[in-house]
Amino acid sequence: MITSGLNLTEPTTSGRSQTSVADRTPTTSDASGGTAPGVDASSALDIQNVVKVFGKGETAVTALDNVSAVVKPNEFFTLLGPSGCGKTTLLRLVAGFEHATAGAIYLFGEEIETRPPHQRPVNTVFQHYALFPHMSVAENIGFGLKMLGWSAAQIDERVAETLALVKMEEYAKRRTTQLSGGQQQRIALARALAPKPKVLLLDEPLSALDLKLRQSMREELKNLQRETGITFIFVTHDQEEALTMSDRIAVMSAGLIQQVGSPLEIYERPTNRFVADFIGDTNFLTSTIESISGDTANCRIADGIVCDNQLVGDRSVGDSVTLVLRPEKIKISDSASATDSSMASATAEVLHSTYLGTDTTYHVRIEPDVTLVVRDQNLASGSGRFSAGDRVRITFAEGSTRMLVD
Amino acid sequence: MTHAAANQSTAAANSTRLTGLNNPRVRRMLALWPALITIGIFMIVPMFILLVFSFLEADPYGGVEPVFSTEAYVQTLYEIDFDDTLTFNPVYLNILGRSVGLALVATIGCIVLGLPVAYFVSRQSPRNQNLLLFMITLPFWTNLLIRTYAWILILSKNGVLEQPLLALGVIGESLEMMYTNGAIAVGLIYTYLPLMVLPIYASLEKLDFRLIEAAHDLYASRLQVMRRVVLPLATPGIIAGCILVFVPSLGAFIAPDLLGGGKKLMLGSLIQLQFASSRNWPFGSAIAICLLALVMIALMIQARAVAKRSAMEQAG
Repeated sequence: MITSGLNLTEPTTSGRSQTSVADRTPTTSDASGGTAPGVDASSALDIQNVVKVFGKGETAVTALDNVSAVVKPNEFFTLLGPSGCGKTTLLRLVAGFEHATAGAIYLFGEEIETRPPHQRPVNTVFQHYALFPHMSVAENIGFGLKMLGWSAAQIDERVAETLALVKMEEYAKRRTTQLSGGQQQRIALARALAPKPKVLLLDEPLSALDLKLRQSMREELKNLQRETGITFIFVTHDQEEALTMSDRIAVMSAGLIQQVGSPLEIYERPTNRFVADFIGDTNFLTSTIESISGDTANCRIADGIVCDNQLVGDRSVGDSVTLVLRPEKIKISDSASATDSSMASATAEVLHSTYLGTDTTYHVRIEPDVTLVVRDQNLASGSGRFSAGDRVRITFAEGSTRMLVD
Repeated sequence: MTHAAANQSTAAANSTRLTGLNNPRVRRMLALWPALITIGIFMIVPMFILLVFSFLEADPYGGVEPVFSTEAYVQTLYEIDFDDTLTFNPVYLNILGRSVGLALVATIGCIVLGLPVAYFVSRQSPRNQNLLLFMITLPFWTNLLIRTYAWILILSKNGVLEQPLLALGVIGESLEMMYTNGAIAVGLIYTYLPLMVLPIYASLEKLDFRLIEAAHDLYASRLQVMRRVVLPLATPGIIAGCILVFVPSLGAFIAPDLLGGGKKLMLGSLIQLQFASSRNWPFGSAIAICLLALVMIALMIQARAVAKRSAMEQAG
């Protein structure tokens, strides 16, 4: 039996009783009915086979195509993908602004799909903040609490607490229209955090800020998530944002979740071409399987460049497979330098180089139809060490490459 | 010495530069003349004539006699007997009361009907919005008199509204809807509803739908969203609409004449009566001036309230 999942206003100090949504709404037992079989109540959010189709007939667009995901409690979970991939639709489904064509969404074991937004213990930080222009900062933050029926004294206390959390104490009486973008952002965060939601939904909250502010807000958001212990679901199209803040990332494309994993897994071990391509820069190498032993396949990229890879899918010797190799994993050195037998190695010709400040990228050609992008850190001062036409040696360690499913 | 001379020369230069058409201020004034003449001829002069007439004596055959008199104003409150004794006469105060009352009813009626319409229109696709707005303004293309006559057909005994009700046995006998305050109110609401819908629409159209989503997200029910977010943000439009409905309702005379049958006089019909059949131009002018003063006072109170509120918002 699940206790009311809507009771999101656990008192912060003992002996304080507060009215919660549950007091005004039907209890769980007569709502859409407790826990369904196969739902893990210990997961913060369990999205099961959700389909969302916009429009009807010939003009119908499938925004989400049978999406399933599980978000753990206290997790910073990011939905990452290009625009139109369905990440915002998924967030809006969780918030209740859209309803799924099929599938179910469970919040701590409770089905919430059928509930209207104001009966879901989740709050949203909107992309353009959506602060109420006719209310002061304090009134904005207190709005949710007021709607939940908190007393004026409790609201004041919680508003002050939340303002302190986002370091905006001195702005309580200001009008929201008098604030800068970054300040509005903090107030939007405070407003969504004030009712202590079970899950906080963030819809590209940093995209409207300038670069410097965006970078400092990343750290702050992450700290806020740690301090409050609230599960964050963060939507972004910015891979850097996703990699720096998330506990886990779900990479989405074309209405599907392509891969779910920690930032390290997503970056180092992408499962398909889309994920590898979307996150960071990548070399896609066509190779042939030379031999298979156990779950390791020995692949030949070019003459003399052979490496072992973990076997993915049902493959046999002679099959052509795609390998990914991140540019920074390739070492570039003088063609005359000594080779290390533990590393794959080849000589190549530099086609052109691009100076990027911290590092330089080289486009090098190993064989007439095999070119690689190599990123080399600028350890010494000055521009890159090599220039177009130079003969160089490239090497990369065993395990740098990864086989894709397609 | 040199200093003073320099000053003098610049002053001289200034004075030569600022004469005649070379002076930008003069040129600006010239450009304003068409507007000033229009306002003068169509607003200030008629108003001035009205004010002058209200202080003259009536010519029994219509028009005025150029003799100063305050009789017209005295007449608004007192009856002047043949022996010049004054007795308090509440007839015109009653008409004022009825006018204000009916104008208020019309204004409230227009808010109740107009707000949902404006909200509905503002939530449609841009193309449908234009179509709906066009349909709302469409009645303006037909003469008001004819449109009000249509209401006689609807409301009259055995009219369009009553006949089916009588036939179905919903009502036993005629409701006697015509020539009542209610009939006048219906006519006023019908006439001025678009003037309420349009300004409210204008303020709701700018409303960011994400604010409504944000309010829902923060546990506000539909009703609370309306009360806490939509209504406060529509307030400027509602105030503008109230002025646009209340002021002309106060001076309306077509609806009271046709639907009130001339029995239930309103200020507008009273004024019209004085200039037409009663041939008492000074009295008609005096009532018009009183009505004008009333409206001005109401608008000033409203403007002060708005100024106070925005000042509080600035300070807050």
